[in-house]
Amino acid sequence: MTAIDERPAPPEAPEERERKALRISWIDLFLWGIRIAAIIVIVFGLFGSISKFVAGEGLTAQGWRDLIVSSLAQGAMYGLLALGYSMVYGVLGFINFAHGEVFMSGTMVGFIAANWLFENGVWTSNPFLAMFLVLIVAMITSTLVAVLVERIAYKPLRGAPRLIPLITSIGMSFFLQYTFGGLFGVGFNTYPPPPEVIAGSVNIFGIDVRSTQLTVIIIAILSMIGLWYFVTRTRSGRAMRAVAEDKEIAGLMGINVDRTIVLVFAVGGAMAGVAAMMWSLLFRSVNFFAGFLPGVKAFTAAVLGGIGNIAGAMGGGVLLGLFEGVGPLLILGGLGIPGVSQLKDAVAFIALVLVLIFRPSGLFGERLGSEDRV
Amino acid sequence: MKSKRGLRLLAIFGVLALILAACSPAEEGGDTTEAPGTTEAPTDTTEAPEMTTTTEGMEDPEPGPLGAVVVAPGDSIQIRSLQAISGPVAFLGVPIQRATMLAIQDYGPIEGFEVDMGTGLDDLCSAEGGQAAAQTIVSDEQVVGVIGTSCSGAAQAASPLVSDAGMVMISPANTSPSLTSDLQGTAGDNYREGYYRTAHNDLFQGQAVAEFAFNDLGLTSMAAIHDGDPYTQGLAKAFSDAFEELGGTITTFVGVNKGDTDMTPVLSEVSQGSPEGIYFPIFQPEGDFIVQQIGGVSGLGDVTLIGADGLFVTDFLGLPETEGMYFSGPSLDFGENANELTGVAASAFLETYESEFGEAPSSAFWAHGYDATTMLLQAIADVAMVQSDGSLFIDRQALRDRINATAFAGMIGDLTCDEFGDCGSQEIQINLHEDSSVTDLSQIPVVFTYKGEVG
Repeated sequence: MTAIDERPAPPEAPEERERKALRISWIDLFLWGIRIAAIIVIVFGLFGSISKFVAGEGLTAQGWRDLIVSSLAQGAMYGLLALGYSMVYGVLGFINFAHGEVFMSGTMVGFIAANWLFENGVWTSNPFLAMFLVLIVAMITSTLVAVLVERIAYKPLRGAPRLIPLITSIGMSFFLQYTFGGLFGVGFNTYPPPPEVIAGSVNIFGIDVRSTQLTVIIIAILSMIGLWYFVTRTRSGRAMRAVAEDKEIAGLMGINVDRTIVLVFAVGGAMAGVAAMMWSLLFRSVNFFAGFLPGVKAFTAAVLGGIGNIAGAMGGGVLLGLFEGVGPLLILGGLGIPGVSQLKDAVAFIALVLVLIFRPSGLFGERLGSEDRV
Repeated sequence: MKSKRGLRLLAIFGVLALILAACSPAEEGGDTTEAPGTTEAPTDTTEAPEMTTTTEGMEDPEPGPLGAVVVAPGDSIQIRSLQAISGPVAFLGVPIQRATMLAIQDYGPIEGFEVDMGTGLDDLCSAEGGQAAAQTIVSDEQVVGVIGTSCSGAAQAASPLVSDAGMVMISPANTSPSLTSDLQGTAGDNYREGYYRTAHNDLFQGQAVAEFAFNDLGLTSMAAIHDGDPYTQGLAKAFSDAFEELGGTITTFVGVNKGDTDMTPVLSEVSQGSPEGIYFPIFQPEGDFIVQQIGGVSGLGDVTLIGADGLFVTDFLGLPETEGMYFSGPSLDFGENANELTGVAASAFLETYESEFGEAPSSAFWAHGYDATTMLLQAIADVAMVQSDGSLFIDRQALRDRINATAFAGMIGDLTCDEFGDCGSQEIQINLHEDSSVTDLSQIPVVFTYKGEVG
């Protein structure tokens, strides 16, 4: 995009320039129309919701808080998944559509561990150890699957046009889905209920928060801090950033590019494993198709935050969770539309469109390697 | 400027190419859908008997307005089974397909001709699946009738094709009112001639739940949740209408999306109206997520939860959160009911089923499937005529007329058809699930029964 704009414009006939100016102004007008309409809808919706709230109708304060906390938990999970999309895009410049399945593999194998721990009583007698073990199992599985996918499906295609690994990733996605469907059956596996200690709710600053959701949010924050430390403060992290910046130069500087790319997939996979463990706390039911929708949402979150940008992925995830959780009731509910919850996916994707209209490079800005900037 | 003109030409050419590309497959698609259904099939079937009449003499019957099927000596009478036999709804379709198979065995040959149901077809529980399978069926004009589909969504797509081809279709499991009628004498949007069903009409189920909730439980405000599927939406609507008719209030009527996992937004919306009960006739896994997450939504702590037959399955009943829930569904108490056409009783059938397939049926619609199959076979037997050359002549219009006049005692009760194809016994019951360690469907107590009257 930028490349086209920067190229010196060829001399044009005056009337043609005029026509071009007119055309652009029409598009601008249209975009401004959408922007203004969006702002009007949002303002009216907010106003409607607030006046309803003040009048004592609609959701109670506790209801809104529950909704916001659950949306944050869901958003944190999207964010961790979005990291995988964003990091791979930052380094290799293609979307790894198999990432949702990397996540799914973590939930499926994590289920086996959780079930085994439940049957042996560890789940109830030593819940934190059990959850930690499930987390480790999910992370190891997802990491292994992510690295294997990279070795088998993407490495041989290094240097091929970007469309090719993209299509391959869709193929890998199907392959993983139906492999797990074949191994574990197509039915739903339900994790044991969360251990007693996190089954209830806790009171934080006078607000009742469900412990599972709080746990999920805390785990997400810890993982983010860990990842941030890894990327900015370690040698491997620096190597990753260098490879993202420019693969060839990084290679010339003595960085093992192949190993660094594997590392990117491994870290993305590990984050997907953490997300898998969070899923087991929040939703519990998993089957071989459980990775598809979260994958699509996480990809959306990555674009929303600015793809290639690690902070953007996390921020985009949390925002997407809030948009789709709170948005329908807050905005559309305020306009008096009935049955708005079924529009939550629509609201999430409309939010994406609006963000891209207002800020084409995502909320936190795109990070592109030098090859993408050319 | 020269290159610009070239570009423009190229652009126009490109647009034309795109238009052509966009149009041609649609036209081809249209041709293929029409060919077997409307044009070829009737002409072919009318040709066949004419050939026999010219060679064999005048006493052979003339085909009616829909044509006829002629089964050559030694061939089998072709019927088809179209059920959801893969994917998450396979638990519903597989027992029906097996019941169809067993019913054909029990009924035996018709006029010495074996009945063949071919390989069981899959409706995938979707409109696309129903359409694709129906095209396969109607492309073979020897097919007399279809036992199917499992899902109302699939039937909406399949029944127009099957109907246009002059065949009959008897569903053991479709319950959407739109496929037959509103019970007030108006045909549903998706009703096609030649469509029949042995399953109940959801208007009765909606009425039963509304009466139970309003009169027996004393609830005055309820919310209804569906998942956008014609089945769940139709049932939730039927319930809402009946409940308001009785004087209750529907606080929220809302849908979840299939595949949703986070139910907090929808439950929050429901909690706004602070209903006393929620009716959610949906499926797994969305139903699981609702009962698991409802505890975390303030204001919905002690609402009465009522599910429907889609959730009345072993996996769901095993969840501890489902204790205290009510479930509406067709009456499953077949007991010693026997199908008078084959003389097989429900209990005897279950024994055969278990010895044949090594497991108990995973859903209750096997009985509807068995009755539907015998209903079709009986009608074929009544209208079929052996011609002078030994072939069997089955007139399609006569078959439809014969099914309309169905009256026999089946495993599900007495079967009679109204003019829009509702032939089931219309018995609805509501179960109360008190203990999640009891997941055997027959062990869960019935707290309410309802009998609808057709016509």
